[in-house]
Amino acid sequence: MSSPAEPIERHTLSMLVDNEPGVLARIVGLFSGRGYNIDSLTVSEVSHDSKLSRITVVTTGAPPIIEQIKSQLDRLVPVHRVVDLTVVGKAVERELALIKVRGKGEIRQEALLIADSFRARTVDTTLESFVFEITGKPDKIDQFVSLLEPLGLVEVSRTGVAAIGRGPEGM
Amino acid sequence: MMREMTGAEMVMQALIDQGVEHMFGYPGGAVLPIYDAMFHQNQVRHVLVRHEQGAVHMAEGYARSSGKVGVVLVTSGPGATNAVTGLTDALLDSIPVVCITGQVPTHLIGSDAFQECDTVGITRPCTKHNYLVRDINDLARVLHEAFYVAQNGRPGPVVVDIPKDVQFARGIYVGPENIQHKTYQPRLKGDPEKVKAAVELLAKAKRPVFYTGGGVINSGPEASRLLREFARLSGYPVTSTLMGLGAYPASDRQWLGMLGMHGTYEANMAMHDCDVMVCVGARFDDRITGRVDAFSPNSKKIHIDIDPSSINKNIKIDIPIIGDVKHVLEDMLTMWRAMKAEPDRRAIASWWGEIDRWRARKSLSYVKSPDLIKPQYAIERLYEAVKEKDVYITTEVGQHQMWAAQHFHFEEPNRWMTSGGLGTMGYGLPAAIGAQVAHPDSLVIDIAGEASIQMCLQELSTALQFNLPVKIFVLNNEYMGMVRQWQDLLHGGRYSHSYSESLPDFVKLAEAYGGVGIRCHRPGDLDGAIQEMLNVDRPVLFDCLVDKMENVLPMIPSGKPHNEMIMPDHPEALDDAISEEGKMLV
Repeated sequence: MSSPAEPIERHTLSMLVDNEPGVLARIVGLFSGRGYNIDSLTVSEVSHDSKLSRITVVTTGAPPIIEQIKSQLDRLVPVHRVVDLTVVGKAVERELALIKVRGKGEIRQEALLIADSFRARTVDTTLESFVFEITGKPDKIDQFVSLLEPLGLVEVSRTGVAAIGRGPEGM
Repeated sequence: MMREMTGAEMVMQALIDQGVEHMFGYPGGAVLPIYDAMFHQNQVRHVLVRHEQGAVHMAEGYARSSGKVGVVLVTSGPGATNAVTGLTDALLDSIPVVCITGQVPTHLIGSDAFQECDTVGITRPCTKHNYLVRDINDLARVLHEAFYVAQNGRPGPVVVDIPKDVQFARGIYVGPENIQHKTYQPRLKGDPEKVKAAVELLAKAKRPVFYTGGGVINSGPEASRLLREFARLSGYPVTSTLMGLGAYPASDRQWLGMLGMHGTYEANMAMHDCDVMVCVGARFDDRITGRVDAFSPNSKKIHIDIDPSSINKNIKIDIPIIGDVKHVLEDMLTMWRAMKAEPDRRAIASWWGEIDRWRARKSLSYVKSPDLIKPQYAIERLYEAVKEKDVYITTEVGQHQMWAAQHFHFEEPNRWMTSGGLGTMGYGLPAAIGAQVAHPDSLVIDIAGEASIQMCLQELSTALQFNLPVKIFVLNNEYMGMVRQWQDLLHGGRYSHSYSESLPDFVKLAEAYGGVGIRCHRPGDLDGAIQEMLNVDRPVLFDCLVDKMENVLPMIPSGKPHNEMIMPDHPEALDDAISEEGKMLV
């Protein structure tokens, strides 16, 4: 159903699923088997008593493909609910990243200044390196990482997006 | 009922409680405890197959001809991997199957043990759902859930993988009455607003068509009855996919024949030129739509489907109705009557005038021969010989399958079983055996080709062992005919490996198995030979030698819309029918 003319959209989908073996493989397999994109994926148990996990997927595609992805996910037996947070309204989206930079002298100062202006925390320090922790929207983290790039960026570890709808209602 | 027993006993008890009468399987190390539990009961009859692929196709044939769930039991490793083709077939054709697989004991899982494979990993994309049961306390619930999932919503295959130690372990069995599925609750009733909008649109239609599919069959005989009632009430034409044949009677005047790549001219032209299309339990598959951007360009489309993911998948829908065909048709009929809907009789009459002109093109015609048996003629004569009988038809995959769909005519649902979605050569014989198990006193015929039949021919031995007198009617043209036809179309007639070299003597082969072999190559002898086949109360392999070069027509060449069919009176148009872009398609 996709045609080249249709715009590619970015959608954040949130799912409640049974926390059973293979459920993640089922969802990831659906994306790879049908040729859909995964830009970001987070998974964690959210209710131990009812054995529920919440999976948040950021995906891209033309609008009919996004609809198809949701229907395909929704018909998986262990999937309880699928909510398109992008359609529901401006959801809160946050990601955490740990970023290591290496350098000496002025470069260290510069890195600390940038970290400060992004409200990143310094969680590890040596005489020639820092590890920063930053939380925020993905594009804020992108920007932070790109500023650190010339200052001795060593590696980045990102959690992927966690998201939740605004207002009093749950999913 | 709650009772302590072993895991293996639970499997048999669950099958009994689910009303299973027959299962298809093959023993092996990892399922021996279940086979032992089977030995101690006589409520479930086991049909021993010769290859696990055959077991799943038998379960499919059993399910499709009876409306029940087909049950399979196979061992770990190769037992499970051999079942994969059948499971994928059942997934694509939405057939309810529960397949129980043995697994190595839990403490050996992951150690590359003998006959170990990651069964749930391998079957995850080819089942509707699957389970690995590591704890005896989950086993009974999972087995009942498997039956629930297989037959509710859009039906499909479910695998339950049971490690051998779980089969030996003891636990408390719970019956199906205590099980309710937590989340999987497919919607059966359509949205009343959508139903109303659909009926209003339909009542005003000037050029309507019912495009029906396998969902009507899956919804049960009542759905077919309601479809007939709706057609009669409205006077609108009906066509069907390969999967849906029989839901609407082929003898009825409103029947247009099958649609799609090898469908009739009138069916495809009606689809192309209609103003309102009602898709009932079909999924706009590529065999149906042809070129998507030129598919039925001027129609409003109503789509009834139990699976929301079928909506808008290939074709944009104006009024989607999520629900079970039977429930939705019932509500539409009620609404139609409540609204006192009156179709536009003049417009409908003129629509029928147009359809009749398309029909007059006689798109299924072919040139008869006094010396050669034309494959279409063979199907026609077979149909004439058995049409008054209680008959079930299965097919393999290829040209013979299309000729069977075109020239054998079905009046009732559940009488026609063919591998539609996956296109599995080797499906027909085991499916026929499954149908014969479900209907021991009926006539069951597998219409086959000489290439396909060799893919699961070993099941002839199963038919003999269990006194299942299936008839295998082979249209033998010494070619993988559909491959040869496409090589004609796309590859300059270079028949790369499509000739069936070194064919066996099918008559002797049938006799070697203990069955009956019949050969016929003259049109004049055909009726007598068919009668001879029908008079035998044992499995028969009928080797019908037909014209080697016949092509299946009419045809929508790949990449072309419905109104650009190649007709049998101008077969030369086939030569340059397919564009460069169309060549990419299958």
